[in-house]
Amino acid sequence: MVNVQPIKGVQGQADERLRETDNPSSQVALFGPDQPLRLDCGVDLTPFQIAYQTYGTLNADRSNAILVCHALTGDQHAANVHPVTGKSGWWETLLGPGRALDTDRYFIICSNVIGGCMGSTGPSSTNPATGKPWGLDFPIITIPDMVRAQAMLIDRLGIDTLFSVVGGSMGGMQVLQWCVAYPKRVFSALPIACSTRHSAQNIAFHELGRQAVMADPDWRQGRYFDYGTHPHRGLGVARMAAHITYLSDAALHRKFGRRMQDRDLPTFSFDADFQVESYLRHQGSSFVERFDANSYLYLTRAMDYFDIAADHNGVLAQAFRGTGTRFCVVSFTSDWLFPTSESRATVHALNAGGARVSFAEIETDRGHDAFLLDVPEFLEIAHAFLQSAAAARGLPQAGN
Amino acid sequence: MSIQQILPLVGQKTLNPADYRGDHLLVAQMVEPGSKVLDVGCGDGDLLQLLESRGVDGRGIELSREGVNRCVAKGLAVVQGDADTDLVNYPDDAFDYVILSQTLQATRQPRAVLENLLRIGRRAIVSFPNFGYWKMRLQLLVGGHMPRTDNLPATWYDTPNIHFCTIKDFVQLCDEINVKMERAVALDRYGRPLRLNAPWWFWNMFGEQGVFLLSRAGKNR
Repeated sequence: MVNVQPIKGVQGQADERLRETDNPSSQVALFGPDQPLRLDCGVDLTPFQIAYQTYGTLNADRSNAILVCHALTGDQHAANVHPVTGKSGWWETLLGPGRALDTDRYFIICSNVIGGCMGSTGPSSTNPATGKPWGLDFPIITIPDMVRAQAMLIDRLGIDTLFSVVGGSMGGMQVLQWCVAYPKRVFSALPIACSTRHSAQNIAFHELGRQAVMADPDWRQGRYFDYGTHPHRGLGVARMAAHITYLSDAALHRKFGRRMQDRDLPTFSFDADFQVESYLRHQGSSFVERFDANSYLYLTRAMDYFDIAADHNGVLAQAFRGTGTRFCVVSFTSDWLFPTSESRATVHALNAGGARVSFAEIETDRGHDAFLLDVPEFLEIAHAFLQSAAAARGLPQAGN
Repeated sequence: MSIQQILPLVGQKTLNPADYRGDHLLVAQMVEPGSKVLDVGCGDGDLLQLLESRGVDGRGIELSREGVNRCVAKGLAVVQGDADTDLVNYPDDAFDYVILSQTLQATRQPRAVLENLLRIGRRAIVSFPNFGYWKMRLQLLVGGHMPRTDNLPATWYDTPNIHFCTIKDFVQLCDEINVKMERAVALDRYGRPLRLNAPWWFWNMFGEQGVFLLSRAGKNR
């Protein structure tokens, strides 16, 4: 009999996550029937809520606010202990006192995207019409929808112009969308490891992930909450496949090579003999407890639909024409999910639109995930870009 | 305009001409304050910093990743790119000046690059090492080997400079592609301008580099 161990979730976190869905341990902005969210699919989402974290202090003239946009499986807990996992924030390399996103100098806002599962309205939130989770009755959302909701939050906070909008991957898509939808409200923008449109290869990977979720019998046509199940195995496989795309061949080789896990010889089974297998299984199982499977479907779909040029007669440069925003575009050499060529296309369009743009490609073997890691050259450039933008904006130095 | 007038106008700590390269000071002098400038092959961004301190809206293109990252770290708007392949992506008349400083000789298609400079910019400022400089000629004539100087120390097999020309050659190219020379200056080995009323042959012999302010001929812009 060959030994098989399917993906299992970490016990005890599921209840925490479900609690965060409707009543998050973050600040919450509620939008009632008088303020519906106009979605691209034609539906008005109402009521809805946005869960967000803030760091630092808003200055008197409200000119030092930075919006941090999170990636596909991120959330608003960028620089605090996560209420479900107990882990530290996902961007503490960049966000904190004296860092690029300097909490001594800027007021930093990070909100959970619409469609997410950590307190902003999404498919796992309670549908007021039924008293049950939305599930697949939740309308399809897009990146522009996420940004529209964020703009309503920024209005609610009484902020007119954001000093900067910053984010990587899906967060970077939101940054670019902000600059296209609200050019006058964005003083500077730092889109990292992203693109103005999702590539065919990336849509293909997302479809693989969605099919893995849907193939899990525990998914139950998206109504797993009615049956007390959660498609751990399908979502785990989706996460494993996606995680490979966040790394690189060189990084996997350096980290694991062909080394064995707690053994010297192969077991001649389908057990996790190799360290890389064990690592991926861990990535899968630690993900499934903190993330909602339907949210994963909705958010991957939102990325797939993203195509700024398509909304501007197919001419990307038109989207950015006459923009006054200062841009710093960053890519990583080993990122094959959002390769440098994608960032270069963005830069060409920005140049053609007359934007003030910097573009740095950072050399690293750590793949797409490099934007979340301690990559000194990247952190330095982010810091310097925001410093020079702050000087142009006339923001005082920290401590003054 | 004196050297002191070329130096940064506001907020600079030092006003020492020795801090700046001679050709950079000359280029800065050719650029009207407040204009929009693209520096192609901007290196570590020294010229861009000098220009921005004079109220110029400066952008840069640099081939080397290290150079770009150092520029971005200085707060300059610089993108990683190649003069040979990336200039085509810029629209017509996007800049008041496009600067190509000590880079023309390293491009694969100098003529196409020059044409692009004057398509993107209403004016172009081009500086390059003069291969007609007497020390170059002497090394080839007497030594019988490819010339090397303090400013061009690379050997023939590892030099990035694949299209050397003389001041005379460059003037000829400008004539061929209908480019108007608004100003031409030859600098000596210390970056000081040679006397103005000298004939071309004198510049071609004693100028270590040439600096040209160019515009499109036949158009009033």
